[in-house]
Amino acid sequence: MSKELAPLSDPGLPEHIHRKADVDLKAAKKAERQVGILFLFSVLGTLLFIYAYLGIDEDAFIFVPVLGSTNAHQLFLGLGLAMALFFIGMAAVHWAKTLMPDHEVIDYRKEQRSKDEDREDFVSTVKDRALEAGLGRRPFIKRTMLLSLGLVGLSPVLLLGDLGPLPGNDQKETNWKSGTRLVTDPGDRPIRPSDLEVGGVAQVQPELPAGKVRHLDDIAKDSVLLIRIRPEEFNLDAERLSWTYEGIIAFSKICSHMGCAVALYEQTTKHLLCPCHQSTFDVTRAAKVIFGPSARALPQLAITVDSQGYLVAKQPFSEPVGPSFWGRNK
Amino acid sequence: MRFISKYRRHRFAGPLLLLGALLFAGLTYSAAQAVTEQATLSQSDKATLIAEGKEIFARGCSSCHGLNAEGAGVGPSLIGVGAASVDFQVATGRMPVADMSQQIARKEPVYNDQEVAALAAYVASLAPGPAAVTNEELAWERDGNMAQGGELFRNNCAMCHNLAGQGGALTRGKYAPTVMGVEVKHIYEAMITGPQAMPVFSETILTPQEKLSIIKWIKHAETEPQLGGAALGRTGPVTEGLVSWLLGLGLLIGVAVWLTAKAR
Amino acid sequence: MSARERVAGQVANYVDERTGSAKWLKKTLTKVFPDHWSFMLGEIVLYSFIILLLTGTFLTFWYDPSMREVEYEGSYQPLSGLKMSAAYASSLHISFDIRGGLLMRQIHHWAALIFMAAMVAHLMRVFFTGAFRKPREFNWIIGVGLLTLGIVEGFLGYSLPDDLLSGTGIRIAEAIIQAIPVVGSYLSFFIFGGAFPGEMFIQRIYVVHILLLPGIFLALITVHLMLVWYQKHTQYPGPGRTERNVVGYPLMPTYMAKAGGFFFIVFGVTAFLGAVASINPIWIYGPYNPGQIGAGSQPDWYMGWLDGLVRMSPPLEAYIFGYTLSLNILIPGLIIPGIIFTGMALYPFIESWITGDKREHHLLDRPRNAPNRTALGAMSITFMLVTLINGGNDLLATHFDLSINQIMWFSRIGVIVLPPLAFVITKRICLSLQRADRELVLHGRETGRLVMLPHGEFIEVHEPLSPEKAYLLTQHEQLPALEANISNEYGVKNPKVIRSKIRSRLSRSQAEQIVKPTANDVKELEGGHH
Repeated sequence: MSKELAPLSDPGLPEHIHRKADVDLKAAKKAERQVGILFLFSVLGTLLFIYAYLGIDEDAFIFVPVLGSTNAHQLFLGLGLAMALFFIGMAAVHWAKTLMPDHEVIDYRKEQRSKDEDREDFVSTVKDRALEAGLGRRPFIKRTMLLSLGLVGLSPVLLLGDLGPLPGNDQKETNWKSGTRLVTDPGDRPIRPSDLEVGGVAQVQPELPAGKVRHLDDIAKDSVLLIRIRPEEFNLDAERLSWTYEGIIAFSKICSHMGCAVALYEQTTKHLLCPCHQSTFDVTRAAKVIFGPSARALPQLAITVDSQGYLVAKQPFSEPVGPSFWGRNK
Repeated sequence: MRFISKYRRHRFAGPLLLLGALLFAGLTYSAAQAVTEQATLSQSDKATLIAEGKEIFARGCSSCHGLNAEGAGVGPSLIGVGAASVDFQVATGRMPVADMSQQIARKEPVYNDQEVAALAAYVASLAPGPAAVTNEELAWERDGNMAQGGELFRNNCAMCHNLAGQGGALTRGKYAPTVMGVEVKHIYEAMITGPQAMPVFSETILTPQEKLSIIKWIKHAETEPQLGGAALGRTGPVTEGLVSWLLGLGLLIGVAVWLTAKAR
Repeated sequence: MSARERVAGQVANYVDERTGSAKWLKKTLTKVFPDHWSFMLGEIVLYSFIILLLTGTFLTFWYDPSMREVEYEGSYQPLSGLKMSAAYASSLHISFDIRGGLLMRQIHHWAALIFMAAMVAHLMRVFFTGAFRKPREFNWIIGVGLLTLGIVEGFLGYSLPDDLLSGTGIRIAEAIIQAIPVVGSYLSFFIFGGAFPGEMFIQRIYVVHILLLPGIFLALITVHLMLVWYQKHTQYPGPGRTERNVVGYPLMPTYMAKAGGFFFIVFGVTAFLGAVASINPIWIYGPYNPGQIGAGSQPDWYMGWLDGLVRMSPPLEAYIFGYTLSLNILIPGLIIPGIIFTGMALYPFIESWITGDKREHHLLDRPRNAPNRTALGAMSITFMLVTLINGGNDLLATHFDLSINQIMWFSRIGVIVLPPLAFVITKRICLSLQRADRELVLHGRETGRLVMLPHGEFIEVHEPLSPEKAYLLTQHEQLPALEANISNEYGVKNPKVIRSKIRSRLSRSQAEQIVKPTANDVKELEGGHH
């Protein structure tokens, strides 16, 4: 064979090799039986599915190795469905593989490019009819048409105007005002300095005026983390030190990077870690960023105690909390 | 003997030999690690307990923590840490430390309950500190609220220990361990003593009832049966993604290969 | 004529009298499709999409896309009495109180993961075999579009239950929107209907997720498939296969049975995963609360690389006249993905500009015969893997006793150093494989059998290749490099000479090949010794 062809030339499609089922009647019958059995497995699957749906209690649990103690209703419902579908597929594929014709067939491609005369025909048709439309000769029509279409396209954009309010000063304000009490989250209990031990943390929210309900919108800006360390461990300038109280320091819990809750406090290193992108903040240096992608320290909340000995905010946050935005420093 | 020499060139001989050598090395190592000391202490009154604790301390703890628990470089001072800290650290096997490279990890405890109690009594005698608790006095099933506990867990614990309590990464190789399979009293003691990097949750910030609720939630999560099938480690989308590629796509590509292969 | 034939005839007549479809149907039913397992990756994507439509519709019958606050009264005890959004409560309801609800939720999510995985695998197959070349460039662009939309659709989909894990993802998305210069805050307030999280977001993304994006998907998938249909599928090179034919099996009955069967198999495997493997256990995550977070929070895998990019970013923030420009968010979150996807979409045109090849291609390339392209693909995959690994750095740290800080530094340096390294290594491997092919053709297959010649020399018996195999290894084209067009025949300098020089340089790199053996080489060898 190779002697007749030039070396490395296309020898053409290889000779067709017959399958057992093509030549042997018994093999064909065997394949047919196999396909039938596979379809029957699917039927079994559907029956299992129906039984599981109607007959297995939703609170029944069964122990299966690897899966553990798992919900029997959901497991057999799923296995039944999986079986029902899977074996239809297997049967169809096995049928195609063993019994349906597997002679390779050749079809011919034509070039994607149209015939030259068709192209010319197209071009001349379009040219003629464009001339008939007359846009080229009527610039006034063309220009006013474009103007009207362009303007009408703007209308839907304007309709989106009430999608949301303008931000205004919303991003720069929180519920923390001068004298707002720090309360536990959850629980809303006011906090005395003695409640917090050295090495301790507390999740804190501002005390809301009576009647006001705390919403997620409030939590997204107000959340504060209260940490207590030994006062001598602080490494702060005089102003920031005055914002602490006997070793207790308060930071916004909303990460200055992308807004996740920075609540992971390492007592030994005095570091705060944000679990989202691993920004690390040093509590002793007013939550300065020491690792990770955040570009700014967490805003510090100035705290002191009120006349009854509870911790309160001295003043609102000195900068907007949360992730950065264009007009943040304006 | 004939058998061994007859099959010495079998293709499984090498791997089997390697397997045997590895097994031998592993078993020897674990045997060597096994606890050898099991001294028993009889019930004593408090003073004797403290004295016995001091003795155990001198033997097993003073080299790192100082002869009077004042701290000695490697080990910090234990004055004021309270019986709760001792019970937690020693009864969970963290102390005495075996491997300090990453962080101090839970392991098989070295001391039995009596010895732990003695050590705790001794350290508590040095200065006031949080008292140890027992499993019996924590009525978490009665006083804890599971749903409240879940909320508290997500608020205070999940950021380090993961939403399913499986544990999480801290900085520089430290980690918050899993809270599953921990005795109730140890969970409580960990919260009030703040071991290693864990902060302290004082009884006023997280009330005892709130702590019991957290414990109730944890205990339920521990024994909760799988509701949707294999848990895949409860570590979230990373494992799910891995399974979808390896098991999902892998299986399907396998089927595709079979599908396009010529039948016999 | 049998009864069956009579009825069939009547139906066919009815349809044909109204549509005139007899000729088209005959042509369609005899259409030829090449058969290779790697051609089924696109089918996995298509069938997963259908599964998503079916299971998704089921879920819409009970899901409530509202963020209004409700108190949980369902059967899952650990959340009893807690305040949560109606969206979260209805998702719990589906999971625990609807028979088959959790199963459908899990099948839906597993199907989504497999949908994206198969799409990426399909993209890689199309890329490495050069199937995107003319006339299939538009199909490639549609594919890249489908990939991008798929990522968005998946993200929106798993955010619908409004749980703590997905809500965190939304918070991060909001931060990216907010960081856009000038209009960021306005965009964010418009999309969320106010401050984050607001009360509008879930119901808005619901419409996008079940109507807008599926509609766009259906349209794009239809065009994608029509193009494949009309342009005919590509095929791997081999004996009997040319640029002018398609060798394979006809639609009816073989291909129908195989492809139809494969749909059921894909559905069955996905249902199996939904039955035995828990995915997105929202009841453990709890309802979304912006003040809460869990350790090891990641998005679904197809967004993991974005997460990894954001994590490894240096802490860059610039200030322009007092305005804040968050480069640490914009660069990894918008600019780099934009460059990647744009580059991907334009690649067919870039490659044809470099090679100067403007002909139609219907025969696929063996990856080793296009070393630069294969190396570029390996480089991209390496980049994706490094960013993906960094996206899961905290999980890697806990499971393999590593430090997140070390993994972060490995990723920061690795993402710059490793991809070019992968390029060089892959290209060298491709060239070595070409060399091995050449040796095979010229000297035959080494059988490992030693034979002693009469004069005492030992030689290894080489079995000559079959003509089919020899053809396969040498049928590929090896285009010469393009020369720079510096001046024309009159000596006038080309104004675009730099462009031409770059093109020539790239073309020379592209054309680096091991010269394939010619028929003459083989004849010479046969004429000579062994």
